[in-house]
Amino acid sequence: MQYFRIFSILCSFIVFFVIIDFIRRGLLKEKYSLLWLASAVSILVLSIKERLLDKTAALLGVGYPPTLLFMIAFIFVILIMLHFSVVISILHEKNKILAQEMTLLKNAVKQAGIDPAGGNPAGGNPAGGNPAGGAARGL
Amino acid sequence: MEDPKTKILVIIPAFNEAGTIGDVIASIKSMAPYADIVVVNDGSGDDTAELAERQGVVVLNHPYNLGIGATMQTGYKYALRSGYNVAVQVDGDGQHPADQIRFLIEPVLKGAADIVVGSRFLGVGQYRPSIARHTGIMLFSRLVSMIIKEKMTDTTSGFRAAGLKCINFFSARYPDDYPEVESLVLLHRNGFSIMEVPVRMQERISGHSSITPTKSLYYMIKVLLAIFVNLIKKKNV
Repeated sequence: MQYFRIFSILCSFIVFFVIIDFIRRGLLKEKYSLLWLASAVSILVLSIKERLLDKTAALLGVGYPPTLLFMIAFIFVILIMLHFSVVISILHEKNKILAQEMTLLKNAVKQAGIDPAGGNPAGGNPAGGNPAGGAARGL
Repeated sequence: MEDPKTKILVIIPAFNEAGTIGDVIASIKSMAPYADIVVVNDGSGDDTAELAERQGVVVLNHPYNLGIGATMQTGYKYALRSGYNVAVQVDGDGQHPADQIRFLIEPVLKGAADIVVGSRFLGVGQYRPSIARHTGIMLFSRLVSMIIKEKMTDTTSGFRAAGLKCINFFSARYPDDYPEVESLVLLHRNGFSIMEVPVRMQERISGHSSITPTKSLYYMIKVLLAIFVNLIKKKNV
């Protein structure tokens, strides 16, 4: 067996079990681990089954079969990164909505005479406590 | 103005505008006393919020800097929830004179358009942008005019009045950054009517354009991309 295959099998095993361990420890959500696991399994299978690797390489016109392992790993890296970009965009939007809601709520709380900082609830209301709320209502 | 049920809100997005915000609010109060004012403070590091509060207007403070698009949208969300039927966007840097506000809200009140954009290039005033800036403004105006099949002269103008339908729409959907041009295409795609009126604008009292030369390339690419993606997107998505 060629050294690259041993190395490749070892690496995919490590990746697979590290990912499983991360899920177990709550560091990684299952949802975000699927692509990682799929990449580890694909590389593992192609490294163990030499004939499958050779056949697939021949089918795709890849002259040197180990290159196929690189190609597959690279495709998975691209997919994982694309997945991250999508997730970040969704998070960005949700985060914006959350911040806006908080801004509006803070104002509503203030208008109701409560100190949003949570200091002294009795101190927020009277006299000079709330110029924005009272005056703006009157405009 | 005439109808007592008409509630008009002036939204002032502000990021580090301590130098001008006081004068801007004061002039709106005297020139457009029929309107309420809300300042959306987008995480300013100076005392923009304090100066605005001292004038007795509502100040909405973002917990951190969210960008101009989200800042305008917070204003629109506030307008919607507080029951306003007209929202006017006025910059916090003093370039939008308060005495021009009535020209913007008039067509909205009459129902002539869903959104009214104040244009610097319809004969009033003498705004002279640099050649580079002028080229950019013209390019976007041509492009948007082509898309919405109506002549637009100043699509980058942020001096606007929006009716209730627009307030509703913007509360749900507003572009993140450099929103002016993109929002017009969005509105058109969703069946809103857009109108331009001539307004006079002032040179900035303090501060400078958010669009520096280095950012202008990103601006162009971002806005062009947004426009073209909007065109191939399904409506109402």
